Amino acid sequence: MAKILAVDDSVSMRGMVAFTLRGAGHEVAEAENGQLALDLAQTGTFDLVLADVNMPVMDGITMVRAMRAMPAYKGVPILMLTTESHTEKKLEGKAAGATGWLVKPFDPDQLLATVKRVLG
Amino acid sequence: MGTVDLTQFHRTFFAECLEGLEAMEAALLELDGGASGSDLVDTIFRAAHSIKGGAATFGFADIAAFTHVAESLLSEVRDGHRAADPELIELMLQVVDCLRGMIERTRAHQPVANADSEALRVELLRLAGAAAGPAAAAVPTAPAPAVRGWQIRLVALPHMLQTGNDPLRVFRELQALGRLEVKQAFVLESAPGSLAQLDPTQCFLGWELCLHGAVARADVAGVFDWLEGDCELTLTALAERRAPVANAPAAGVPPAPAATPASKAAASVGSVSGGSIRVDIDKVDALINMMGELVITQSMLSDLGEHFDMTQLPRLRDRLVHLERNTRELQESVMRIRMLPIGSVFNRFPRLVHDLERKLDKRVDLQLRGEHTELDKTVLEKIGDPLVHLVRNAIDHGLETPAQRVAAGKSEVGTLTLDAHHEGGNIVVEVSDDGAGLNHAAIAAKAQQRGLIEADHDLSDDEIAELIFQPGFSTADQATDLSGRGVGMDVVRRNVRDLGGSVGVRSATGKGSTFTITLPLTLAIIEGLVTAVGSERYIVPLISVVESLRLHPDAVRKIAGGGEVFSFRNAYLPILRLHQAFSCADAVTAIERGIVVVVEDGTRRVGLLVDALVGQQQAVIKSLEAHYRRVRGISGATVLSDGSVALIVDVGGIVQLGLGCKQAA
Repeated sequence: MAKILAVDDSVSMRGMVAFTLRGAGHEVAEAENGQLALDLAQTGTFDLVLADVNMPVMDGITMVRAMRAMPAYKGVPILMLTTESHTEKKLEGKAAGATGWLVKPFDPDQLLATVKRVLG
Repeated sequence: MGTVDLTQFHRTFFAECLEGLEAMEAALLELDGGASGSDLVDTIFRAAHSIKGGAATFGFADIAAFTHVAESLLSEVRDGHRAADPELIELMLQVVDCLRGMIERTRAHQPVANADSEALRVELLRLAGAAAGPAAAAVPTAPAPAVRGWQIRLVALPHMLQTGNDPLRVFRELQALGRLEVKQAFVLESAPGSLAQLDPTQCFLGWELCLHGAVARADVAGVFDWLEGDCELTLTALAERRAPVANAPAAGVPPAPAATPASKAAASVGSVSGGSIRVDIDKVDALINMMGELVITQSMLSDLGEHFDMTQLPRLRDRLVHLERNTRELQESVMRIRMLPIGSVFNRFPRLVHDLERKLDKRVDLQLRGEHTELDKTVLEKIGDPLVHLVRNAIDHGLETPAQRVAAGKSEVGTLTLDAHHEGGNIVVEVSDDGAGLNHAAIAAKAQQRGLIEADHDLSDDEIAELIFQPGFSTADQATDLSGRGVGMDVVRRNVRDLGGSVGVRSATGKGSTFTITLPLTLAIIEGLVTAVGSERYIVPLISVVESLRLHPDAVRKIAGGGEVFSFRNAYLPILRLHQAFSCADAVTAIERGIVVVVEDGTRRVGLLVDALVGQQQAVIKSLEAHYRRVRGISGATVLSDGSVALIVDVGGIVQLGLGCKQAA
């Protein structure tokens, strides 16, 4: 099973994501903003990062850009969890180096399906 | 869905929503106060955005739909397409209130949207100037066309791997849709000539694929949605074999139908009864740490007990001292868990002040100090109402209108300060204004009219202050006659007393008034002075004790009616004989043989006559009412270390009794 980093400032959303993934047997680390996620990424390795876009301190897009600059995270899949219905946020995320996105609202099954899609 | 039960996250979500709304409200008020900055707008937008996202995820469709409209307006503000003008701020404040109501109704399993929320939603839509549809409209998936399959040409751009996208995933997903045939794989001409030059994080490959089966175009395109900008893609339906339909790079690929309607609302909401509390991890760590110490001490003691002889007595004593310290520290740590910063109560005042300013045509600069001061959760929950009362009164009656202020040579903006801080073993919360102060003449006139005092009676400042706390002293319709206060002050005092605290007032004519609420740190445990009265033991809360002294009979003056007073620090204090008040037999009755304990309730003092001081002890308060009934002057009972029961003196009540003696005189 995979090591996954879940990044979201909302405790309930992060809790839901982490709970769902742990239930599927994954190991999940949590961070409440992009900066804390970077700190975690520096000390550990992850197979997948799921990150919210809108967060205080450091938003998800800035985080992706910084993570892609870290040699160990060049090819690690990073998915943006976004409620933006506009495509520009997705594209901004892609341009920063995100692998893909998952549009909120999603239910646990959709989350697991998307994670499976990335991890195989 | 259904594999994971989401109701367990509902409570967290609600708490988060309320926090978000608080932040949103605070930022709106700051904007309204003339502050600017994209940070504030960001905060407001993010709060709305999170609430919408969470509400949709956890199935609260009404909240999601409502917030969506507000969020759209806010996103225009954030992007600079709309000004945060007073109209918008006012509307957003209404949104905050409305959402609070919706969350309450959701918690209570009531219908969430109502006429008010609908009206506000329509108003928001009007302002947005768009007849926008409901939130999170589903993207309908087109019916599958009759095709035999798809011819796919995929050419990776060099950076494709660097976005974490793996071509293998694409093949895997295509395979899941139908039978996949790889016609050709090729290396791009742009690839480096030698292996040594090849960067493994770059991709120089392309594929010609054939997907057999009646697969909808959207499903095929969906496989490539994350590759937008990372590859060149051409999709050709096998049935048609006409001009290539698609596009390179794959810009026109429709988005995946990932958005599903939020209407899968789970009708049942998890039970939300019972309070919960958020505790700093530091406090929990301290608790665990303390627990560890206790375990060590315990094992040392049991070790000692196994082979004990009298030579080890000093060691036993030493370890018992350890145990006492551990217990006390553990107790303090446990109590600290219930302590929360008063900021959560203070936070509601900017809004209240904002509303009152508009309603009363006054200008108020609200200053909050000591928001981090921690209070027991129960005290915190109950201190809100008295504070609201005081703030309301301060603005209504204390602060003058701008014109009056200017005429009095003051700034036209009045200052209202809420200040919380520690003072001794107490928490002190002060509400002060720089208004006109209590109007002594008006208060005295009112008191005479009510027959509370004699005509021509000269009132001291303390007596004036005491008057405004009298029940029914002033009513709302008469309040405008008074620049002083009085509206419901008796209620304020009663509420504060119920919390074991006291309230007092200082005022200076023309300069303003300060109401001071003094509260105990915790309600469950007091540091007590154990006193003996006959064969009984009474505990006086140590925080109320000013001094204990032995009086010479000459120092006591008898006054008509049987009351006794003595001079203490330039004031005469009444003496209350506890043995009389509580009918104790065999008690010391001669003043010179007993001890007088001077206690203070806010600003008022009396001397309590007891036989002797026994010692100091922490007392866990047990309710007397639960086992017996309420007794005037007694706040509860506790068990002493020898197993006997002692009553705890309610200082507020006992001072009242003592002053009663004086008044009766």
